[in-house]
Amino acid sequence: MGASLGRAALILALGVCVYGIGAALYGARTGRREWVDSGRRSVYALALVLTVCFAIIEIAFLRSDFSFDTVAGHSSTTTPTFYKAAAVWSSQEGSLLLWVWLLSLWSSAAIFITRNALRDVVPYATAVLLGFGAFFTGLLAFMATPFGTSSPAPVEGVGLNPLLRHPSMMIHPPMLYSGYTLFTIPFAFAVGALVVRRVDAEWIRAIRRFALAAWLFLGIGVLLGARWSYAELGWGGYWAWDPVENASLMPWLIGTAFIHSIMIQEKRGMLKIWNASLVLATGTLAILGTFLVRSGILQSIHAFGASTLGVPFVILIGLLVVGSIYLIVSRREVLRSEHHLDSLLSREAVFLLNNLVLVGLCFVIFWGTFFPLISEAVTGSKASVGPPWFDRYTVPLTLVLVLLSGIGPVIAWRRATAANARRNFRIPAVFGLVTLVVLVGVTGDDRKPWALGMFCCAAFVVGTVGQEFYRGIAARRALSGESPVTAAVSLVSRNRRRYGGYTVHLGMALLFVGVAASSAFQASRDVRLATGQGVDVGGYRYTYVRQTASVIDDPKRTGSILDLGAVVDVTRGGRHVTTLYPSRGYYPAPDASQGPVGSLIGGEATSHVGLKAGLRRDIWSAIEPDIQALQPLIDKGNRVVPAAHPDVALVVLEAIAQHYRDSAPPAQFRLIVSPMVTWIWLGGLIVLGGGLIAMWPPPGRRVRARYLARVGRDLKRAPTTTAV
Amino acid sequence: MVGALLVILLLGGVVWLVSGPLRRPPEPPEGRDTGRAGLEAAREAKYREIRDAEMDHRTGKLSPEDHERLDRQLRAEAIDILRRLDELGPEPRRSPPGSGSV
Amino acid sequence: MTPPRKRKIRLIAALTSAVVLAGALVYTSFTAASPAVTPTQLLARAQPGQTYQLTGTVAPGSIHRAGNALDFSVADRAGGGRSVSVAYTGAVPDAFREGREVIVSVHRQGPGFVGDSGSLITKCPSKFAAAKTGSKPY
Repeated sequence: MGASLGRAALILALGVCVYGIGAALYGARTGRREWVDSGRRSVYALALVLTVCFAIIEIAFLRSDFSFDTVAGHSSTTTPTFYKAAAVWSSQEGSLLLWVWLLSLWSSAAIFITRNALRDVVPYATAVLLGFGAFFTGLLAFMATPFGTSSPAPVEGVGLNPLLRHPSMMIHPPMLYSGYTLFTIPFAFAVGALVVRRVDAEWIRAIRRFALAAWLFLGIGVLLGARWSYAELGWGGYWAWDPVENASLMPWLIGTAFIHSIMIQEKRGMLKIWNASLVLATGTLAILGTFLVRSGILQSIHAFGASTLGVPFVILIGLLVVGSIYLIVSRREVLRSEHHLDSLLSREAVFLLNNLVLVGLCFVIFWGTFFPLISEAVTGSKASVGPPWFDRYTVPLTLVLVLLSGIGPVIAWRRATAANARRNFRIPAVFGLVTLVVLVGVTGDDRKPWALGMFCCAAFVVGTVGQEFYRGIAARRALSGESPVTAAVSLVSRNRRRYGGYTVHLGMALLFVGVAASSAFQASRDVRLATGQGVDVGGYRYTYVRQTASVIDDPKRTGSILDLGAVVDVTRGGRHVTTLYPSRGYYPAPDASQGPVGSLIGGEATSHVGLKAGLRRDIWSAIEPDIQALQPLIDKGNRVVPAAHPDVALVVLEAIAQHYRDSAPPAQFRLIVSPMVTWIWLGGLIVLGGGLIAMWPPPGRRVRARYLARVGRDLKRAPTTTAV
Repeated sequence: MVGALLVILLLGGVVWLVSGPLRRPPEPPEGRDTGRAGLEAAREAKYREIRDAEMDHRTGKLSPEDHERLDRQLRAEAIDILRRLDELGPEPRRSPPGSGSV
Repeated sequence: MTPPRKRKIRLIAALTSAVVLAGALVYTSFTAASPAVTPTQLLARAQPGQTYQLTGTVAPGSIHRAGNALDFSVADRAGGGRSVSVAYTGAVPDAFREGREVIVSVHRQGPGFVGDSGSLITKCPSKFAAAKTGSKPY
């Protein structure tokens, strides 16, 4: 019953989208406001209908209603409740539903926020957003339905892949999809503004906030994925230049470029064509990213599996690209610059350079990601480039980016003078150079020029941000005589964009310091250790003290059944640093083909990383126990268990675990000492904080009206000639 | 049976929501877009720039002469915007509350 | 020099350097790339000194730990064809087991193939496919 309601609701959602597009466009063409409003309300209606759809599928998962194919395929009675709720989006169709539901929610927010503004642009923006809605609901209704049913319903489901059983893995898709869908909003409003040929301050103000929100969500989504990879998977890295990782990074990079260059357009009316292109590219890349993960066209660990959805997506992306180019070319008179670059030493020039670096980064990543397809087109065979190739180009570009983030906020608009530069850059530059000298001394022979360069640039950024805060607080105190803390708070709250931006730069600098340190100075070993044996890694001694084995007697079987692990002692210079408990959990197999005992542990295996994080370095360990050596025992156990009493298998397994505890089996270890990884996550948090500060709504109406009145009076009091 | 009822309920809700604006008495067609909103936004942006320049001066990023030059230029641009706003005439009477769109 | 002229020169300079850099990037990508091959293709045309991206499925019963190295065989995904033994060191993904699709960078060393450390990628099991039966994780 729920499924047929869901199917009908999807068709209804598609109908609402089609109606809304028609109503909004008709209202725009004829100037009849009521039709435009009806079109806008269609967005709210879409959100309503899709919420119903999402609720139906969620309830089905929570109730373990296996008549739904998607529930049977991705959940089971033994899946814990939290993961049942999140398993909705572990499937192709469920994740599409999540995507379009989030699109409808964020679009409703955007339509509501702009209800009294941008009167001529909103109808077209509405039509574009509903166009995306129509595409996705169409896919869901006709090609990848989440409401497929089977009868009779299976008794048990397949269960959620244990690799996904981690909180950040479940929050990662909603964050990521929120980022993608939020980027379609500036896209839609840009299309609308270009259609009606009105690209002005009001439009900039509306678009900027959405772009910033999208940028934040997408950034957090990417960071969460990296953190999960590091803390949960058994390889100890956080970024692999995997196609799906890259697909989420590309729109974020272009979004970053847009957030910066839009400031130039706001202040000096420049770069209008550039900005329009950037915002259209961001939306297109967001759709491309959504497509890449589910198309199967590129080899990736993430792929949802080859699917038939490729063709519609390619058509949509083609449409977006062609449409964007057409709009920009046909509206280029509206996008003519009001001013031009005065000097190459100015904030405008630095922002422009920052944009070029970001677009360059995006191009490198794009090229490397799609290279298998490119090489197939050119040479006939698929070839791929690996992380070393990516690193070769992204490392220098990122270094320049960090350096620019220190220069940009401080250098003057229009034209910087030598005196200006001396006053503002002297202290941060000295700070950066001193840091470099100290670090070169400290690291001695271990020369890693790129890492040291990054540290130097990051120190420079820290210097400029610190200087800005210091001077701002001093200026505020000169005016108001407040205490430093109060002055800091009121300074930030009155200049949110500025100081929020500085905070973001600081966070990014720290993040890249963490990336540089943990890549360049990492020490890792893959070794086989016998009990009692130790090994030196990066100045620390890891000792495999003893083995652990536990059988989890959970009647509900929500977790792994068998856990084999180790107690690992870590010392440095003889002194005890920490004790780690890496282990590997073995989950049950979905069927009984491996025998009663074998099936208890014949499913997926997940690593439980033994990790001691710290500000200076992370001590990381993962274990791969030699479970193959237990196979003879498991086979014997399979024969021993009577068919009439399958629960005896658990007892047998406990005996096997005891055998593992008693014997002294060697095991394969991956041991890593990684400096300053925590700075990555801390830097990310600071970026989040800075972004929120920058996004916070401006002071209320009354305060703003008072300010406007005061400035108006000032202007009238001091008339000036218009010629300057 | 219940399912069909729920679908009809949902359909009814959607139709009611979406047709709301169409059922209102028709508003007088809006005047030509005078660009007032755009000018007001530009005015606010210009004021913000003036404030930022002042801030830059107080924190030492701009020398007094540079600031004075910049400030004069920005104020001239602001006055130009104010003049264009004045030319548009007084602000049209706002429509009574309650008939605004959601 | 008049400002428009200066701007034009700047634009041309910027575009030229962009084209040159992009050209360098494109060129190095073709020389640095490793071709994707199936086991059958690899056995047919593997040349020493060249790295290949071997894609296929892990042959059942072929996984053995030999000291620090992991030995396994990769068979053609489509079935049939020959399988290639790979001696691999480095991180092994959690999802690695027989029957799973893998990608590993290999190069010829003597008669056999050696997998580059850390290059083993295992595809997450397809979200659509029914659970694989009878595939052991070790």
